[in-house]
Amino acid sequence: MSNTNPRGSGDSAWPEYLTGGGQSGQGADQPEGRAAPHRVIGTPPPAAARTMLPDYGQDGPAPPARELPADPDDPRRAKKIEKVVAACFILAMLAGFGFLVAYGTIGVGSIVKARNSNMALGGTLGLAMLLLGIGATIWVRHLMPAVELSEQRHPMKSDAKDVEAFKETFEEGAEASQFVKRPIIRRSLIAATIPLAVAPLFLLRDLGPLPGDSLDTTVWRKGLRLLVYGTGNPLTPAEFSSPGSLVSVGPEGYLDDDDAMAKAAVIIIKFRPGQLSFTNANHPVPGKVVKNWTVDNIVAYSKICTHLGCPAALYDQNTHHILCPCHQSTFDATEGAKVTFGPATRPLPQLPIGLDSQGYLIAMGPFNQPVGPSFWERG
Amino acid sequence: MSVDRALEGTGTWLDERLHGARGVRVLLRKIFPDHWSFLLGEIILYSFIILLLTGTFLTFWFQPSMTDVIYHGSYTPLNGVRMSEAYASTLNITFDVRGGLLIRQIHHWAADLFMAAIMAHMIRVFFTGAYRKPREINWLIGIVLFTLGLFEGLFGYSLPDDLLSGAGLRITEGILQSFPIVGTYLAYFLFGGPFPGHEIIPRLYILHVLVIPAVILALVTVHLFLMFHQKHTQMPGKGRTNTNVVGAPMYPYFMAKTGAFFFFVFAALTICAAFVQVNPIWLYGPYNPVAMSADSQPDFYMGALEGALRIMPSWQWVFFHHTFAFNVFVPALLPLGIILGGAAMWPFLEQWITGDRTEHHLNDRPRNAPTRTAIGIAAVTLYGILWAEGANDVLADHFDVSLYAITWTARVGIFVGPVIAYIITKRICLGLQRKDNHLIEHGVETGIIRQLPTGEFIEETRPVDEEHLAVLTSRVDHPPLPAVETTDTGVPPRGMRGGAGRLRERLYKVVTESAPMPTSHNGHGNGHADGHGNGHADGDQHAIESGAPSTAGGPGHPEQEDEQH
Repeated sequence: MSNTNPRGSGDSAWPEYLTGGGQSGQGADQPEGRAAPHRVIGTPPPAAARTMLPDYGQDGPAPPARELPADPDDPRRAKKIEKVVAACFILAMLAGFGFLVAYGTIGVGSIVKARNSNMALGGTLGLAMLLLGIGATIWVRHLMPAVELSEQRHPMKSDAKDVEAFKETFEEGAEASQFVKRPIIRRSLIAATIPLAVAPLFLLRDLGPLPGDSLDTTVWRKGLRLLVYGTGNPLTPAEFSSPGSLVSVGPEGYLDDDDAMAKAAVIIIKFRPGQLSFTNANHPVPGKVVKNWTVDNIVAYSKICTHLGCPAALYDQNTHHILCPCHQSTFDATEGAKVTFGPATRPLPQLPIGLDSQGYLIAMGPFNQPVGPSFWERG
Repeated sequence: MSVDRALEGTGTWLDERLHGARGVRVLLRKIFPDHWSFLLGEIILYSFIILLLTGTFLTFWFQPSMTDVIYHGSYTPLNGVRMSEAYASTLNITFDVRGGLLIRQIHHWAADLFMAAIMAHMIRVFFTGAYRKPREINWLIGIVLFTLGLFEGLFGYSLPDDLLSGAGLRITEGILQSFPIVGTYLAYFLFGGPFPGHEIIPRLYILHVLVIPAVILALVTVHLFLMFHQKHTQMPGKGRTNTNVVGAPMYPYFMAKTGAFFFFVFAALTICAAFVQVNPIWLYGPYNPVAMSADSQPDFYMGALEGALRIMPSWQWVFFHHTFAFNVFVPALLPLGIILGGAAMWPFLEQWITGDRTEHHLNDRPRNAPTRTAIGIAAVTLYGILWAEGANDVLADHFDVSLYAITWTARVGIFVGPVIAYIITKRICLGLQRKDNHLIEHGVETGIIRQLPTGEFIEETRPVDEEHLAVLTSRVDHPPLPAVETTDTGVPPRGMRGGAGRLRERLYKVVTESAPMPTSHNGHGNGHADGHGNGHADGDQHAIESGAPSTAGGPGHPEQEDEQH
């Protein structure tokens, strides 16, 4: 529906003042003697716009024949369905108002209120959306006339001539860019990007310190008291008298330090005389035996599982098994916490303990090996 | 009408600026094939949208900080307890923000649904062969999305810094440490030093709310665009061929249906969140490295990884003062690596083995690819055993079975289970194919016995109706590979030479194993010429590959690899 263009330049769909070069201003300023376009600016009237759509462009589709029926087959049933759908939407609206009311009336600030508010808000909101979904589904399935259309697929592969044209365009561009012909530019450009490519890795270096040998040690040292985790009290063997029980302890001064406790957490277990099957002489960790492993049949093991570092916190006093709740590595407490089942490979390291002058349990030295999961440098 | 005029005015205004009329018209009439299993992908998209909405809400109150605070708030059981700001702000969202608990629970349920729907969607795509050419790229994007989802979920549920998720982070740290050579460095860089430190929550936060969602969003966009551009696959049926797409147009049908489905997904999640408690972090307590409770389970999508860690025997090498912690890094990487890596390679492996490089837009029924289906079920079985083993303590507790017995069963099961699953599945598929053949060749048994004048009794059958027949006859035979032994020159054709050629020939026999093709169509051989012609034997219709607009071709006839060059 566009103008005729006497100069014959450009796209005929464009108004002349755009294609014609030096002209400027309004369409009303057309030089005389030329055919003015029908409409140059402004919004076409709706009727024109409607007819324009399918014709737009040069090879646009012809105005489509009607593909979708306008109405369902059974108007009486449709009337009924209409009411059902509307009812769903009205109920959805009511549920939505219910949500707003619940928000305003049920406060939070206590466990019970938070629970009630959650149920009221979630119930009303869920119901509103459920009804919207149901209403819309009934509408589509029963009110919109059933239709099944078919469309052709086209192979994903481009036509040979398009591929050829693409190749030419690409090669022309490559040649014009001189990128292929001038290797020194190419190579120096690639060389320039190499340091930039690794620069981000350098920038990430300060994400953390290097591990060094920090994984090998804990804060335990000779003389630190074993404080009960939770109360913070020191412990005498007499206070810890019931055989078969397990207590979590930590080093004096570090109970509130999560970083320290993540490696230094220790469990102590009291046995009956004769239950421990190892002595200072035949300890299952060969070659690293130190004195004073136990005091009064009390044994101290690292609580940090040698598999993946979870606290090995479950203890069965019948079998003397320490069980890690994460992956079920099982350690025998009477045999130096050696692994009896599960994925852990090493015993829980044992902390040598003794008594200080006031009779409280103390560490007689650090662990003689790294605690926690295996790592590359551990050896 | 004024509404009409306003719409037209707006449309015209936009069109003059965007040139949209033709494109948008085509879009409105775009055909979407329908099948219930196609909804699985929509569930993923909608849970993702819901995750973005609810997640944004949560960020308004959540404090990603590991600074210690003493709690004084509405949740009285934890009054006076030392905890991180992250945990305290999560309690605040739960008990002091109206709707906070609801949105938190919707967010968590939506994450679980997101992952569950991805798994179901992947399974659907695999078993129907919808990953085949030209959709391999979308298949790979899907696998990347699944992997990203695992990390996104892990990082997300770690943010509240509660006791349960803290154990998950501890395990994450242990896994990182186990990697040879770089392990301790990775762990120290991620955590900013020794575990737990004060960096991990803020770092996971920015990964969880910005970096990973941005990548997921970008990949989802590409995934959907490719689905749109390549047009959705369709299930076999009457009038459906490899060269057409049959269904209802997007406007108004698909738009209304999918809109309704969005509301269903949102409603299901909201109702779950209202009435089914999930991740009650206030019961777990704040994280500390000393405490842990029994029955610790990660979210379900991490269960297979958890099971792999539990199943592993205590193997480790110490070699020149360096530790190879096979007990950790092997189960952390290998089982999911096999499943996801295998899934990624399968489309290309299948193409190489069968020599089938044609486009496939008509889905396979799972029975019609018995080996593929059997491999898929074997993988699902392996995954399922690992997943169940991830809850071995819960199983032992509830069923009163020995924990060690369950672990040993799983240790054997991961090797035996997939093999049994493979054999059984393949038999079932072949049996179903024979049943289909019977229906095609002899029709449906009616139960009516007739006596012939000769005295003979016969059972009457009636022909399968066209709708079903189209489905039953959708199977295509694989074209043969070029023979390894060629008599005239003595040189095998390309792609069939040497050991690789012999291997390919053997694999071809396994992968294409099927019941024989049906011989007749119950006298209806010409009643369904709409694309299900039985011309697969001719081998001359390269329907879509050759670019010829073929209306008669059934699912395209695979070309030999060598014809491509």
